[in-house]
Amino acid sequence: MTIAHFFGDTSVLLGRSLRHITRSLDTIITTTIMPIAFLLLFVYVFGGAIQAGSGPYVNYLLPGILLITIASGISYTAFRLFLDLQSGIFERFHSMPIARSSVLWAHVLTSLVANLVAVAVVVLVALLMGFRSGAGLLAWLAIAGVLILFTLALTWIAVIPGITAKSADGASAFAYPLIFLPFISSAFVPTETMPGPVRWFAENQPVTSIVNAIRDLFDQQPVGVDLWVALAWCVGILVLAYGLAMRAYRRRIAT
Amino acid sequence: MTTDAAIRVRGLEKAYGEVSVLRGVDFDVARGSIFALLGSNGAGKTTVVKILSTLLKADAGASGVNGFDVATQGAQVRASISLTGQFAAVDEILSGRENLVLVARLRHLPDPGAIADDLLERFSLTEAAGRPVSTYSGGMRRRLDIAMSLVGEPPVIFLDEPTTGLDPQARLEVWRAVRQLADQGATVLLTTQYLDEAEQLAGRIAILHEGRIIVDGTLAELKALLPPTRVEYVEKQPTLEEVFLAVVGESREAKE
Repeated sequence: MTIAHFFGDTSVLLGRSLRHITRSLDTIITTTIMPIAFLLLFVYVFGGAIQAGSGPYVNYLLPGILLITIASGISYTAFRLFLDLQSGIFERFHSMPIARSSVLWAHVLTSLVANLVAVAVVVLVALLMGFRSGAGLLAWLAIAGVLILFTLALTWIAVIPGITAKSADGASAFAYPLIFLPFISSAFVPTETMPGPVRWFAENQPVTSIVNAIRDLFDQQPVGVDLWVALAWCVGILVLAYGLAMRAYRRRIAT
Repeated sequence: MTTDAAIRVRGLEKAYGEVSVLRGVDFDVARGSIFALLGSNGAGKTTVVKILSTLLKADAGASGVNGFDVATQGAQVRASISLTGQFAAVDEILSGRENLVLVARLRHLPDPGAIADDLLERFSLTEAAGRPVSTYSGGMRRRLDIAMSLVGEPPVIFLDEPTTGLDPQARLEVWRAVRQLADQGATVLLTTQYLDEAEQLAGRIAILHEGRIIVDGTLAELKALLPPTRVEYVEKQPTLEEVFLAVVGESREAKE
């Protein structure tokens, strides 16, 4: 199968999945509702009592909320993949003269687009709530790059339950631990306030370095080692999840 | 025999773990004919279809579709076939027309819109063309499913239990569609658990039982397998159902 076919087929299938999203906008709404609720809750209820950062608390909070948005968005990636496998349309595509890998890639790219839209919605809400950043174009691009990498890493994690799950609930339930991971990190409060073991966990899990890197970029602070640790986490998770997902995929679909 | 066979299956074996599903299946399907693979639930009909459509790998045996080897020439086989699976594999959120356009684009055909409109017309779906498939009835979905199989006019068509779960009316609609396929020169491999369906549609019928083809022939040949009924007051031809039960029963007795 030629490279041209791969790109052509992937874009046709991407168009199909994107139509699913534009026709059921509720998936975007459901994805953004929880992060927005957290944003409101933490800024207007708890925020007054939290000492974090020098600017408004919403500035401190947003990077972590964006990661929660992506973590909740990828459960739909697993769900959509599960439905395609369940309905038999996956087999139909696989029995056609197309580049087979494009079926999976279309789902991955759809996940990327849907999550970036959800992230944009949450950023808009944050702007309404007083979020401000003096970050330049380059910093915004760097933030977008980190978020894209993070989305791809989580998307490949989502592909695994999407392929192996026995029920629709099982396909999307895996996302809950990921949604709550930011709570034990620097996303809501500085890690210095946490007791020993919790602090150790918080400082050594991926969310903290990613959140710190994005926060520094928004604050126009020099990004230090955090950015490199964040990128290493994202690439590491991406490679591992991709390997496991492809193994599950080959097991489920012969050849 | 082999030169004009559109589908050739020899010694096909497949096991899922310890469970052996196919234990040496052989059959040929002549070009342009309708061939029915008849068997009860779990007989392995779907496994045969999945192997022939390159979705599954066989453990042993050789099979060719349209002159291409299923194991080594997957891409050419896929270019020669279309598969309609057991469950109407249509996209529920897209409209009927969008489903057909999608398949036409994936088959890299010029003018997907015109192909879609033509098939919608042929399968009496023009009126429903713009509606999401989730609003279609079971029969309409199946018709769309079969129409999607026809995009690009593949020479070999696999229909895996095309009428399972349909009401009698929808069933007749599907039968009409299948006959249309054969009239246009396509080779159709049909699996079914309904005896009358095989009787109605197929030129040749094979019975798959316990992983082997136990009978393979035309309807007349299958009927000839039973001793002729004695004429008393009313002459009654054996139905295919009787033939099926008789041969399946015989093989069971022979084993015991």
